[in-house]
Amino acid sequence: MSNNPNNWPLWEIFIQSKRGLEHKHVGSLHAADPQMAIENARDVYTRRQEGNSIWVVLAEHVHASRPEDAESFYDPADDKVYRHPTFYTMPEGAKYI
Amino acid sequence: MSNALFTYTLRLADDLLILSQRLGEWCGHGPVLEEDIALTNRALDHLGEARNLLTYAGQVEGKGRTEDDLAYLRMERQYTNVKLVEQPNGDYAHTMVRSFLFDAYHLPLMQALLKSTDEQLAAIAGKSVKEATYHLRASSEWIIRFGDGTEESHQRAQAALDNLWTYTGELFESDAVLEEMTKAGIAPDIAAIKESWSKTVDQVLSEATLKRPADAFMMTGGRKGLHSEHMGFILAEMQHVTRAYPGAEW
Repeated sequence: MSNNPNNWPLWEIFIQSKRGLEHKHVGSLHAADPQMAIENARDVYTRRQEGNSIWVVLAEHVHASRPEDAESFYDPADDKVYRHPTFYTMPEGAKYI
Repeated sequence: MSNALFTYTLRLADDLLILSQRLGEWCGHGPVLEEDIALTNRALDHLGEARNLLTYAGQVEGKGRTEDDLAYLRMERQYTNVKLVEQPNGDYAHTMVRSFLFDAYHLPLMQALLKSTDEQLAAIAGKSVKEATYHLRASSEWIIRFGDGTEESHQRAQAALDNLWTYTGELFESDAVLEEMTKAGIAPDIAAIKESWSKTVDQVLSEATLKRPADAFMMTGGRKGLHSEHMGFILAEMQHVTRAYPGAEW
């Protein structure tokens, strides 16, 4: 199906649920252009008051790390617990940190 | 007065009820999944609006009829929708042109009804305006895509427009009921709605490179309950469960 040149391109959809929060990836859909992608996203992903802002990105413009790189990418962090900010003592009276 | 208000409210409701039923026929058959969802969303919007109006019509009538009684238990001659909304879906261009011609009328009507002296109608219009704005935007965009698209999509959109144009006159018909409602400040001046409709139609058609058909013979009769041959089939499908199992609940 994806080989058919008549098919619309795939778009990745990001929805912001509240002002000030980040846009979260919610899924993908097909559309002919950005305008249609935003409107389709409105109908597919915001019908239950999920959002107040929509970003659409052509799926082909998303570049991903490769699964076979996982060991060299992520495993080296396993034994470096000192990178977590858990070795500090909290000053007394600091409420928000 | 209350009789005219009942009739007027019912007309508003029936247009939306029947259009919703027609659009609902696309459920599961849309050209792509996303559009299937989008269109049935709009069908449900129309139904929601129709429900508010039917409930109110029942209250105005004062005979204890509910929204369900009015939606499902009337005979064909008692429905007062325009013939435009009962026309078959045809291809997607035909469905979109039908919706566009209606949406371009419905939005200015709802905007004007915000100022209605009837508080309940004004409140219902207040709820409808946002949806109606989106509906017109969505159907307009399809008209532009089809009209200014490929040769085939252009032809189909133009054919739909030529076919449906004869049903547009009815949207702006006036009669004793409408005159009474307009005089009472309940209904807006229909000539102003037509002007707004005509402007929207010209704008969108010109962007879509489609030709506005010349006004010729205009269909009529819907407001009096005289419908096209399609109406009976719509009602048969819409009413058969209620009629087969009266009072059923689930």
